[in-house]
Amino acid sequence: MSLTMDRLAGAGLPGLSLRASRVRTAWLFLTPMIVALVLVAGWPLLRTLWFSMTDANLKDLSTAKFIGLDNYFGEYGVLSDPDWWRAVANTLRFTVISVAIETVLGTVFALVLNADFPGRGLVRTAVLVPWAIPTIVSAKMWAWMLNDQFGVINHVLLSLRLIARPLAWTASPDLAMVSVIMVDVWKTTPFMALLILAALQMLPTDCYEAARVDGVSPIKVFFRVTLPLIRPALMVAVIFRALDALRIFDLIYVLTSSSKYTMSMSIYARQQLVDFQQVGYGSAASTVLFLMVAVCTALTIMIGRVNLEGETR
Amino acid sequence: MKRALRRVGLYALAAVIIAYSVFPFYYAIVSSMKHGSQLFSPALLPPHLDFSNYATVLQQGPFLRNIANSVFVAVMVVAISLFIGLTAAYALSRVQFSGRKPLLLTVLAISMFPQVAVLSGLFELVRFLGIYDRPWSLILSYLIFTLPFTVWVLTTFMRDLPKELEEAAIMDQASPWIILRRVFMPLLWPALVTTGLLAFIGSWNEFLYALTFTLSPNERTVPVAIALLSGATQFELPWGPIMAASVTVTVPVVVMVLIFQRRIVSGLTAGAVKG
Repeated sequence: MSLTMDRLAGAGLPGLSLRASRVRTAWLFLTPMIVALVLVAGWPLLRTLWFSMTDANLKDLSTAKFIGLDNYFGEYGVLSDPDWWRAVANTLRFTVISVAIETVLGTVFALVLNADFPGRGLVRTAVLVPWAIPTIVSAKMWAWMLNDQFGVINHVLLSLRLIARPLAWTASPDLAMVSVIMVDVWKTTPFMALLILAALQMLPTDCYEAARVDGVSPIKVFFRVTLPLIRPALMVAVIFRALDALRIFDLIYVLTSSSKYTMSMSIYARQQLVDFQQVGYGSAASTVLFLMVAVCTALTIMIGRVNLEGETR
Repeated sequence: MKRALRRVGLYALAAVIIAYSVFPFYYAIVSSMKHGSQLFSPALLPPHLDFSNYATVLQQGPFLRNIANSVFVAVMVVAISLFIGLTAAYALSRVQFSGRKPLLLTVLAISMFPQVAVLSGLFELVRFLGIYDRPWSLILSYLIFTLPFTVWVLTTFMRDLPKELEEAAIMDQASPWIILRRVFMPLLWPALVTTGLLAFIGSWNEFLYALTFTLSPNERTVPVAIALLSGATQFELPWGPIMAASVTVTVPVVVMVLIFQRRIVSGLTAGAVKG
């Protein structure tokens, strides 16, 4: 019997139990993933950490000298650069505002998608369109619609007499961030809506029937029954989106290029790294961003609705 | 009466949602058919069906080459991610061993990585491997975001398959590789299609690494090509051709998403809600 078991596990070693050989096979099967993740994530992360403590230059990385924490705390370190702090403020502002709007809008979308009416499939299909469009393309499409001279948005606002003269949406200091948030909300609300919809569809129907029999208004039902029930799923969706928003790069890069009024942490770090060739300094900036995201992630996992065991909650 | 009113409200809201979601893309299609001074008027219908902007984009410069690059990169990323994801998911979902939980947590944590955090390290690696300014640099680097969710979603799906399947195969002395290929893979097709599509879309749309690791116009993928598409002067962007290029690279993805929408929705929510 033991011989059969060994052969079926492909081990061939006599005396090895089925369980042990299955574990060996498991590690063998995990090897490609571990190698790939170490290669593209683990090792580059460690190197970035190392570069952040050197004066490395993009032209020749091999001449990098260790300079301690000067890139962080030095006189010209990241943490004493007002531009960096502006990028931090921009990113946080972007994250809080856009995720808040997306949550509210996403909930509205999800409630509509969850209602039972003919044509629901059409709405769901339409909602998926912004999600499917590449971010760069959305940025270009909106840049065109927001164009100060020929953009359709200015045209509509002008003809409705809501504004007196065309607005420079992507260029003016006050409106650049508004534009970025507008496009991000358009692009990512579908994702939010789908996550919330999935939560709505798992709700038991009996409490709704009870509420309907009692003649409670739908708005009251939403705030008293639905919202508390979907809150855990809503929190997961919000955290996912927030972590994603903290690393925003492509939308801002294309829509408002390197305007200081919208520059995010990722854009700041890449600019230092690639455009200014200061790999050491840029790595320090990206490490600070990484640490911020890591703390958020760790908190999320600890608060942990993360279900690893696969048993039903 | 009140119910009828509510009904009307619901339909109005649904109509607004559809218009809001679809209009920008519709307007891009309209604009892609406009020329010169036609672009200055925000007419909602194209003056006539004119595809010359498309011809311009596809003939001028290396745009066709860029599309080929994008397809190559995305297909390779999907193939590699699915292979690695499938083997890893088998181990993570069907075998109990110590170290499984930390490993899953690590995979989850990597999916939260800000991509810029590994940029300098990856840059060095890409140069060291001699694949800077080659599509392979992108295939390698995209694994950082496709692998975590591929592993995660496939693990969730595989975990729910009944134990008896595997036990029967073990009794027949099948090796784990055969079990994976012959028993699990046929059952996992829906999950493979879902994760494959998500990986494809992710690679097709990626911008940061594509911008950083490729330099020559011939090696670029489409998002970078579109972002850097410029006109005669800095202040005079060729909006017609830009919109034509945008529509060209978006239509295949949108069609794919609409065909497979149920699969994609289940994949997105499996990754987030179930996880």
